[in-house]
Amino acid sequence: MSTTTATAPTKWWNGGRSPFNVEYGKLMMWYFLMSDAFTFGAFLIAYGTTRFAATSWPDPNKVFASYPLMPEGSHAPLVFVSIMTFILILSSVTMVLAVQAGKEMKKNTVAINLILTIIGGLAFLSCQAWEWTHLHHEGAWWGMNPFLNADGTQSTTGFTNFFFTITGFHGFHVFSGVVINCIMLIMTLTDKFEKRGHYLMIEKAGLYWHFVDLVWVFVFTCFYLI
Amino acid sequence: MGICIYLFLSYLINHTLTYYTMEQAQVIHMDHPHTDVKKEIINVTIILSVLTIIELALGFTMMGIENQGTRLAIKGIIVILMLAKAFYIVGYFMHLKHEIRNLIMTIVVPLAIFIWFITAFLYEGNSYKNLKNRYDPYKVERSHTIVEKKESVKEEKKAE
Repeated sequence: MSTTTATAPTKWWNGGRSPFNVEYGKLMMWYFLMSDAFTFGAFLIAYGTTRFAATSWPDPNKVFASYPLMPEGSHAPLVFVSIMTFILILSSVTMVLAVQAGKEMKKNTVAINLILTIIGGLAFLSCQAWEWTHLHHEGAWWGMNPFLNADGTQSTTGFTNFFFTITGFHGFHVFSGVVINCIMLIMTLTDKFEKRGHYLMIEKAGLYWHFVDLVWVFVFTCFYLI
Repeated sequence: MGICIYLFLSYLINHTLTYYTMEQAQVIHMDHPHTDVKKEIINVTIILSVLTIIELALGFTMMGIENQGTRLAIKGIIVILMLAKAFYIVGYFMHLKHEIRNLIMTIVVPLAIFIWFITAFLYEGNSYKNLKNRYDPYKVERSHTIVEKKESVKEEKKAE
């Protein structure tokens, strides 16, 4: 029997190894991210449906038009949110660098890049906290919409409900990503991965962090640009 | 029906991909020395930044345009750029492009259900709007009543 298995052509689905050529945890992380993609997709499609059903909708350039310490009376649409977008892209880049350093077993580079990623995540969360506070002061919250439609008619609360729910859900993902990255940093510094002989756990955390960035690409486009 | 199509597709793909051998996979993983990876990370970072800047530039130009057709065209371009960014993040940052085809197909093919999902629901929303505007007098009145802006109210108070 053993000779036949040795000479038989090795096929992916013959058993004895992962047909996906990745370890179990990484495959499960992909499945989780796929299900999470459906959750976010369903949220955004519900938002799109409501928006298509509305005769008019608030203009994002009038709603999201300020940044911290802005001079009184000025109007700066898209400025603050583009800073947030770049923060998240850059933290994604440092995460790739951490994963790459992990593959090369460079403990210090992994730690430095993880710290940079955590700082990026915290910076993004602070920006979002500021924006939420600002909107709340303007009278916007779940069930309260002070903004008028682009054509000057009365708007429904759909706009603020969807905005706070979806950016809140995304912000919660960023928060859990930061927590996961902190755990990864502690494990790196206490030589957990060195003893294991591989940094595969960082790759899984990296997948999650990139997914958070990916979702922001969609949320940013759907709420602020379109 | 969507589920049937999905089941059929996953069946088809699992069976056609059975014949990929281990040797081929090793080739896929071997052709990436780490200098190339560094270069790839830098390239993808630049591409993502440029795409974001183009998106923002389009967003800014859209503010001055009143024509609904032109606005819709710009929004279409922004959506295409968004999908390009998603491709680069998933393909390179999440490394999916360098995985074997079994994994790529398992992750990407189920997402095809979004094509139906988006089309059907946006169509539904649009149809609801049209029906509402035809048969619901309250909604019609509401969508034609211009409300005074809050800022102008404040300014009036200041003037008084």
